[in-house]
Amino acid sequence: MGMAVTAACHLRSADAGPPLLELGGVTKAFQTVVANRDVSLAIRPGEIHAVLGENGAGKSTLMKMIYGVFPPDAGEMRWNGETVVLTSPAQARKLGIGMVFQHFSLFESLTVAENISLTVPGGVARLTTRIREIGQRFSLPVNPVALVHSLSVGERQRVEIIRCLLQEPRLIIMDEPTSVLPPSGIPALFDTIRELAAQGCAVLFISHKLEEIRSLCHGATVMRAGEVVATVDPRRASASELAHLMIGREIPHPKRSAPTPGRDPVLELRGLSQPSDDPFGTGLHDVDLRLYPGEIVGIAGISGNGQKELAALLSGEAVLDRGRRDLVRILGSGCGDMDASRRRDLGLAFVPEDRNGRGSVPEMTLAENALLTGHAQGMVRRGLIERSRMRAFAETCIREMGVRCTGADAEARSLSGGNLQKFIMGREIRLKPKVLVAAQPTWGVDVGAAALIRQQLIDLRDAGVGILVISEELDELFEVSDRIHVLFRGRLSPALGRAEATVSTIGDYMTGGFLSPDATEARATA
Amino acid sequence: MMRLPWIVEPRIGRTGPRALLAPLIAVATTILAAVVLMSSQGVAPSRAIWQLYIAPLSSLYNLSEVLLKMAPLLIIAQALAIGFRAKVWNIGAEGQLLLGAIGGSLLPLWFNDSVNPMMLPAMALCGMLFGIGWAALAAFLRTRFNANEILVTLMLNSIALQLLYYLVSGPLRDPYGFNFPQSALFPQVAMLPSLFGMGRANVSIIVALLATVAAWIFVERSMTGYKLQVGGVAPDAARYAGFREKRAVWLSLCIGGAAAGLAGVFEVAGPLGQLQRVVSPGYGFAAIIVAFLGGLNAIGILFAAFFMAVIYVGGDMAQASAGVPYAVNTSLQGVLLVSYIAARLFVDYRVRWRRDITQQGAN
Repeated sequence: MGMAVTAACHLRSADAGPPLLELGGVTKAFQTVVANRDVSLAIRPGEIHAVLGENGAGKSTLMKMIYGVFPPDAGEMRWNGETVVLTSPAQARKLGIGMVFQHFSLFESLTVAENISLTVPGGVARLTTRIREIGQRFSLPVNPVALVHSLSVGERQRVEIIRCLLQEPRLIIMDEPTSVLPPSGIPALFDTIRELAAQGCAVLFISHKLEEIRSLCHGATVMRAGEVVATVDPRRASASELAHLMIGREIPHPKRSAPTPGRDPVLELRGLSQPSDDPFGTGLHDVDLRLYPGEIVGIAGISGNGQKELAALLSGEAVLDRGRRDLVRILGSGCGDMDASRRRDLGLAFVPEDRNGRGSVPEMTLAENALLTGHAQGMVRRGLIERSRMRAFAETCIREMGVRCTGADAEARSLSGGNLQKFIMGREIRLKPKVLVAAQPTWGVDVGAAALIRQQLIDLRDAGVGILVISEELDELFEVSDRIHVLFRGRLSPALGRAEATVSTIGDYMTGGFLSPDATEARATA
Repeated sequence: MMRLPWIVEPRIGRTGPRALLAPLIAVATTILAAVVLMSSQGVAPSRAIWQLYIAPLSSLYNLSEVLLKMAPLLIIAQALAIGFRAKVWNIGAEGQLLLGAIGGSLLPLWFNDSVNPMMLPAMALCGMLFGIGWAALAAFLRTRFNANEILVTLMLNSIALQLLYYLVSGPLRDPYGFNFPQSALFPQVAMLPSLFGMGRANVSIIVALLATVAAWIFVERSMTGYKLQVGGVAPDAARYAGFREKRAVWLSLCIGGAAAGLAGVFEVAGPLGQLQRVVSPGYGFAAIIVAFLGGLNAIGILFAAFFMAVIYVGGDMAQASAGVPYAVNTSLQGVLLVSYIAARLFVDYRVRWRRDITQQGAN
């Protein structure tokens, strides 16, 4: 379909008529934290409206109130001009509000139609035809009888959207829908969203990605620290204006110099193939990787392509048989059969993507969490814990990383995800590693702190540490990496230098473009 | 998902005083249950309370009985708590205690005229090794074949009991004992010195107090204790840090086995003076209750062991003087555990009616 034409349609539909949904002075507090303060927002039928803000700005809280997950403490919500009080998502769906969550809730071992029949009335057979209909009408191709575990992430998202559309909503909330897609999958999603809007459905589009919002949305509400700071037309604002509104200052960028990598690799994978322990995981195929001291190597790719498995095999949470120990080498010594603690002794530090319950013990204090991996830093003498040193270490991490908490005695679970991430990152950096593997190092961290973490990574690199960053955020990888690999279906692409690594090459690699022709039939579904 | 008319949600931010609430409620409920139970047996409430809870503390002799029973409970509960914090569920302390009693009896029976002052330490060591060996069976099966340690340790209790029956009626039976199923009496060097001039309390309570201090240091201050605890509350974090799960299982079970074995030695070398068919009035099971009632905390367990010992002695006395059946004792232990678990639910979580929440939302 012609994009310019549909865009013109929206302009008309979006500017006319009374608002479908209107929020006035909505406030919501949790314990002592005010998540939303005096938030007002209006959206018309056929409008694509962005809610823009950093992690922790209060977007999710606002969306959950609109979707009836919990009620606001104060303020008013009007649906078609009438005041409504939502007490449950079921009630919101009845009104015509649907939501597509960032994290999918699909059963892997059921088919698409079976999954949908769990929440949408009507038998599997009838739903199968309706799924095809909806798929055709909104260009959402998906096979209703396919088992979910065989679907790509993009397809799973389509299933979620179709499930939502089957309830014939008049407003759809989409929470960071592009964050799970490869760059090549985004235009198709945008076509669908535009199609929805053209047919009169209003779309609330949650994101922190400025370019997407500028190309897709008719209006934008910018939130910062729980409050609305501006309502703008994103088509007329520049990305830097939006960014300035969003974080209240210029986005800091880390300073970097040319890398000076050493000669002998600090971390090596030699033709590593390993099936996943998880029946729905992705095994690794013939992965070759060399990381030299004084460089940062990025691993790009959509999650679910073997990142989890790769990280576990590097960290020592998953081990190989003794016979294959040499497939993983740290500083030249084969360590594939060593557990995490012995790899740490070799000089490895690791930041996992799950910070709660893996990178930290939620029930323990930050000081005790410093002990988790930092115990070799003089915190234990003759088997007993040196509590003052443990505390001092934790306090250094808190201070230097700007962790917002009540002190070293704060329980890890009392911290926000971003703050806990800063603490874990700080702890691993302070272990003085020779190799650092970081999975999603700035996931959920606010822009300012993310810049700090990236700068620390670069400084660590300049001090001669070899760093491997596994991330879904391309911007982040472009900012810090000296070379970038892409992981696709458990296979690692050749490395791209900074000059060759463009969004389009990486995007092509992310859907298997680096594979030989005989493997390309696997690409079709991505 | 089933929609119950209420929801249970965790209370956030645990504070000091609240930790004491659950055991206190459990103790109060148990006292109340005792009154009801004894009344049903025709004992007046005031007399029931006196018999069960005050009489055991009323004389030096009775107090020494309490200390005598407190010692094995305390030793075993401290060790079990270490394992429970690591989520290794050793339910087999009773069997490990019996093995300890058997192992501890071998030396004084083989060297029945010994006057060697090293006899007691050697018995203690031997008994602990037997207890460890019994627990190690469960550790091996768990780490090698992933056999559930709850079931294995529980079933090993019954096997241990049959083993004891066999030994006291066969190989270890006193040849001059008129065929009674019991061993010969131990020589004097194999008996624990008593604590006061009177009563049966002996040095085992001192050892138990030392074990308490050791357990506190181990749990609160040692790196090994920390590793065990991380493995218990966040297994993924333990794997991430490289703390070995198998090691935690072995260590937890062996500590429990050693402590229970030692308690077994103290029984045969203390009040019994020989190996008999009945070595323990269920100390190994009661210690599980003690460990939980004490909040798996070394200091809390000290108080919990004392309370449990009082119930034991009070129950014995009530049985003798008021003709109350012994089952009252066991019932009260059950009430104590169940009410503690129930109290913990209400202390750690709060229950709210869905209706109230929706109404709150509508206002």
